[in-house]
Amino acid sequence: MATLQANEQVVYQRPRALTEVNTHYCPGCTHGVAHRLVAEVLDEMGLQDRTVGVACVGCSVFAYNYFDIDWVQAPHGRAPAVATGVKRSLPHDSIVFTYQGDGDLASIGTAEIIHAAARGENITVIYINNANYGMTGGQMAPTTLPGQKTTSSQTGRDVELQGYPIRAAELLANLDGASYVVRRSLHDPKNIRMAKKAIQTAFETQVRGLGFSLVELLSICPTNWGMTPVESLGWLNDHMIPYYPIGDFKVISALQKETCASKAEG
Amino acid sequence: MARELMKGNEAIAEAAVRVGLQSYFGYPITPQTELLEYLSRRMPELGRAFVQAESELAAINMIYGAASTGVRCMTSSSSPGISLMMEGVSYIAASEIPMVFIDVMRGGPGLGNISPSQSDYNQIVHGGGHGDYQIITLAPSSVQEMVDHIQLAFDLAEKYKMVTCVLADGSIGQMMEPCELPAMRPLRQESEFAGWATRGKHGRAERNVVSSIYLNVAEEEQANFRMMNHWQQVKANEVRYKEYFLDDAELAIVGFGSAGRIALTAVRQARAEGIKVGLLRPITLNPYPEEALDRLTDRVKSILVTEMNGGQMLRDVERIVRGRVPVEFYGRTGGVVPFPDEILGEIHRMAAGNLPMGGDPHIRWLERMARKN
Repeated sequence: MATLQANEQVVYQRPRALTEVNTHYCPGCTHGVAHRLVAEVLDEMGLQDRTVGVACVGCSVFAYNYFDIDWVQAPHGRAPAVATGVKRSLPHDSIVFTYQGDGDLASIGTAEIIHAAARGENITVIYINNANYGMTGGQMAPTTLPGQKTTSSQTGRDVELQGYPIRAAELLANLDGASYVVRRSLHDPKNIRMAKKAIQTAFETQVRGLGFSLVELLSICPTNWGMTPVESLGWLNDHMIPYYPIGDFKVISALQKETCASKAEG
Repeated sequence: MARELMKGNEAIAEAAVRVGLQSYFGYPITPQTELLEYLSRRMPELGRAFVQAESELAAINMIYGAASTGVRCMTSSSSPGISLMMEGVSYIAASEIPMVFIDVMRGGPGLGNISPSQSDYNQIVHGGGHGDYQIITLAPSSVQEMVDHIQLAFDLAEKYKMVTCVLADGSIGQMMEPCELPAMRPLRQESEFAGWATRGKHGRAERNVVSSIYLNVAEEEQANFRMMNHWQQVKANEVRYKEYFLDDAELAIVGFGSAGRIALTAVRQARAEGIKVGLLRPITLNPYPEEALDRLTDRVKSILVTEMNGGQMLRDVERIVRGRVPVEFYGRTGGVVPFPDEILGEIHRMAAGNLPMGGDPHIRWLERMARKN
């Protein structure tokens, strides 16, 4: 790290909660943005030292290489169950979060996420929705939009044959056990700032022992979408947000003061 | 300490609590459900973790999380539920952390039935999940052994950082017998697992990661070699078995758990008739008492394997006997429990001699059973 001169000050640096390694993510991928936001929140809230992350199976399987915290790497879809085991075994001073993709959370792990929310597990879920299976090369996910082409819906998702996408945040918000369930997007700076605020509130929910919190983050996958990163950001705005509106779907009254500023945007 | 009359499922639950069980996650399935019910009231009473999970898949993964924090934790199920748990068992074994589970076996395959069986020998002893890993396997044959084995299971799991299974069956889970429970012990101390457990760094310089992924194939192979070499220590130090009437025996029976217990009754009856027969009852099915069976083979005329399945352990016995003496098999499967008379009939057949060397004892048994029906 360069030495600061007298007239200089640090305005931007790697969060302490991130390790100093290069990630394996593709150029333009928003996992890097999401990682940074989570790490900034852990730094600012002073949680790094007592946080245990639970990594999923998918592109973020190696999240444990990038955050300087303790990690458990869960089987595909099971991160909420693993997180339940960690949190229930360390109920007093641990902060436990899962970092899951849409294939992990909304397909193979539907039972685990629904029941973790229903139990009101005092954990935080960071849910990355990029409308396809990234790691295995761009197959149709439960979140793939109607008409969207993937390697396993090559003429576009046909809802007559392949059914409809799942809006996980709306689904989970219906459960009495869920305390804070919102959707945000990572496609521009304004939305990224809103996403960070939501991640803060989600961890705050856990710190205060208020129960289950989840932030869905609409994300891009330029490599598998076959677009440049800039085109991908536009596609997210034009196609994903109409289907997956940004908004707060469940905010228990104890939290409402913190989130009155976040309104649904399209 | 006073002996108490308890059901096997409740005795093993209470014994686990007393030796420091801190987290339990499970899902109802007959014939182990009393274990879950018992802990649903006992664990919260002590301020310890209990969750009735949404499935066996979730239960084993909650255990994965709990085991990662270093606490004494366990789950329990019965055969079809254990099949569902095998993904998690493979992950936990590959992560090289301690974990205990109890399998109260029932009749199968498929949904089968809720009657006692030993249908899971293969999936526990020879690995029901993917990859090269081993499960330390204990086979109780009484309520007292349920109590003793759960303590041993935790000790072995933590000593070797391995998955350990108490492989019981429906009859031992459901029967009531007097047993002596251990005294209450303190919970595991953090100093015992500070080097690897994921509890938050709390000032530690390096982060702890519990994981089973080795994307580099050479590293994965090295990890497998490490685990296989580690297993050799378990094989060298942890074999346990019981011998009954074997000192002067000319005929030997090999049976574990309930089948071993039923065989012992038959052995006593045969002894009363003057037949020199004894019983080898493996306590550890993995590691298997290979040397004891090897030595026994050199001094008996024939060996009968008896199981409550179609001959899953039979293949291990044949491998160790290596054709030196005739091996016969008698099993009941699908939840049928053999009567001691059936085993006694087999002892009479052995005593008469003229048993074939070689051939397949499993096929001969199938043919005898077909004639019987």
